[in-house]
Amino acid sequence: MGTLTSGPIRRPRGRLRRVFVEAASVALVAVLLLWSLTPVYNMLLIALDPDEGDIEFEGIIWPPDPSLHSFHTVFTQGYWLVADFWRQLGNSFFIAVVTMVLTVVIGSLASFALSRMRMRHGWWLVNAPLLTYAVPASFLVIPFSRLMVTYGLTNSLWAIVVANVTFATPYAILILRQYATLIPIELDEAARVDGASPVQILRRVYLPLMAPALAAVGTFALLLAWNEYLYQYVLLSSTRNMTVAVAIAQFFNTDEAPWNYMMATAIIYAMPPIVIFYALRRFMAAGLTRGALKG
Amino acid sequence: MSSVEQALAGPSVSRRLRRAPWHGRLHGSERAWALAFLVPYAAVFLAFVVYPVAYGLWMARDPSLYGELIANPLYARTVVNTALYVGLGVNVMMFLALLLSGFFMRRRWWIKALLPVFILPWALPAIPAFVSFHWMLIGEEGLINSLLALLGVQGPLWFHDRQLAVASNVVAYMWKWMPFWTLTFLAGRTAIPQEIYEAADVDGAGGFRRFADVVLPLLGNLYLVCTLLCTLWTIGDFTTVALVSEGAPAYSSDVLATLGFHYSFEAAQPSLGVAAVLSALPVLIPITILLMRALETREVQL
Repeated sequence: MGTLTSGPIRRPRGRLRRVFVEAASVALVAVLLLWSLTPVYNMLLIALDPDEGDIEFEGIIWPPDPSLHSFHTVFTQGYWLVADFWRQLGNSFFIAVVTMVLTVVIGSLASFALSRMRMRHGWWLVNAPLLTYAVPASFLVIPFSRLMVTYGLTNSLWAIVVANVTFATPYAILILRQYATLIPIELDEAARVDGASPVQILRRVYLPLMAPALAAVGTFALLLAWNEYLYQYVLLSSTRNMTVAVAIAQFFNTDEAPWNYMMATAIIYAMPPIVIFYALRRFMAAGLTRGALKG
Repeated sequence: MSSVEQALAGPSVSRRLRRAPWHGRLHGSERAWALAFLVPYAAVFLAFVVYPVAYGLWMARDPSLYGELIANPLYARTVVNTALYVGLGVNVMMFLALLLSGFFMRRRWWIKALLPVFILPWALPAIPAFVSFHWMLIGEEGLINSLLALLGVQGPLWFHDRQLAVASNVVAYMWKWMPFWTLTFLAGRTAIPQEIYEAADVDGAGGFRRFADVVLPLLGNLYLVCTLLCTLWTIGDFTTVALVSEGAPAYSSDVLATLGFHYSFEAAQPSLGVAAVLSALPVLIPITILLMRALETREVQL
C-alpha cells in the first residue's frame, strides 16, 4: 500500500521511517511475547519442580531439576488432594458440554423468533436478555444458592449448568441476532411461499446458514463454563461432585499444599479449552462486530 | 479470512432485512411457533434471572443494612477499589486493544505468527491463569521479584500494599481479557473496506490522521458497545480479585463482588452481602440502558 504512494523524491526519508517502524514493531512483538508468556512460564516453572514445591520461595527463574513427577502424580491420583481428579475432570466436562448444548439450542430458538418473525412487544423481548447483564452473575450468587435449595439442586452439577446457561444465553442471542441480519429474509419468504412451516424454515434455512455463528456461540459458552469458578465453589460441596476448578482452589485451604501438584492440575485443566479454542479460532470474536460499521 | 469475517465485510443484503421481517403480523400457528421458540429462554429468564434478582432485593430490603454498610470504612474503601479497578481495567485495556488491533493488521508474517501466542491468555482458563499470577507476585521471591533481582532491583511485596495489590489485579485482568477485545476490534477493522484506507493513503493521511479520521469514526460505536459491555462484566468480576490478591492486605484490595462474598459466606451475613453488591445497581442500570441504546442506534441505521 505504502510503496505506491511514496514518490521517488520522498524515498530516503520514507526508507528511514520504514526502518524505524520495523524496529519498533520488532520491539513490540518482543514485549507482547514476554507479556503473554510470563505467567504461562511461571506455571511450568512450579509444575516441573520435583519437590513438593517450595520453589516459589527460592527465587529461581529456571527449574533446577525439571521433572514430570507432579503430572504423573495427578494422572495417577497419587495424593489426597488429587484423589478424585479424573472424576472431577469428568464433572467439568459434563458442565461445559451441557452448558454449550443448552446455550446453542435455547439461543438459536430465541434468536430465530426474535430476528425472523415479527413479534408484538418485540422491543422488550429483544432487550430482556441484555437486562441480565444489569446484575452481574457474581452479585446473584447468594440468592441463587438459596434458590437452588428451593429447586432441589443443592450440590448438583445441574445447578452450575443452569447458572452458566443463564449468563451465556444473553450474549448468544445478541451475537446470533446480529449474525442473522446477514441472511436475506427473501430465503425465508421463498420457503414460506413453498409452504414451509416455521420449524422447517428453522431447520432447513436458518440453522445451516447460521453454522459459523453457532460455532462461535458454542465455543463462547464452553469457555465461559470452563472459566467459571464462583458458582462451582459456592454450590458444590462434596469432593466427588466438585469440579477441577474448585479442586485447584482447595489447595489454598491446607497448610501442607504441594504447589507443584496444584500447578500440574492447573496445566492439565487448561489443555482442553486451549485445544478446542485453537481448533475453532476462526469462528471466534467476530460476533460483536457484525453491523458495527454502519453505526 | 474466516466465514464470519467475510460475512462482516459482506454485501448490502442486510439493509432490506429490517424493513420486512415476516410480512405483516403473525397469525395462528406461526404465532404459536414464535412463542414456542421463546418459551425455553423465557423460562430460564424468569426462573434464574427475575426470581433471584427479586429474591436478592427482598433479602436486602432493610434500609438499616445500607446504614451499616456506609458506616463501615471497609465498604467505602471497596467502592473506591471497584471504581479504580473498573475505571483503569476497562479503559486502559480497551484503548490498548484498539491500538493493538491496528498493529495486528500489519502484513508481516512475524506479526501474524504472534497472534496465536497473544490470544493464549484468553484461551487459558481463569483459575490456572490467576493462580499463576498469585504465585508470580507472592512473597519476596516469586518469579517477578526473582527476575527483578537479576537486574539488581529489590522487588516490592506486592500484596502488602493496597495500591500495589489493586494494580496487580488490574494487570492480571487486562492480561486475561485484552486478547478478546483485540480480536473483536481486529474483526471490526478487517470489515472496513480496503478502498477507504487506500483513499486515505492517496490523500496523504499519515498514521495518526488515518486513526483519527478513518478508524475512530467507523469503529466508534463498536468501541462504545464493547466498553459498556466490558464495564458491566468487570464490575461483576469476582475471580480475578479472589485469586490474584485475595483481597490482601486485610481485605483492603477487595472489590464489591469479593466483599459481598466475604460478608455472606465468611461473616455469615448474607443480607449484608447482598446489600453490598446491590448498592452498585444505580451504576449498573444506566450503563445497561446506554448499552441498549448503543445497540439500537446501530440497528436503526442498518
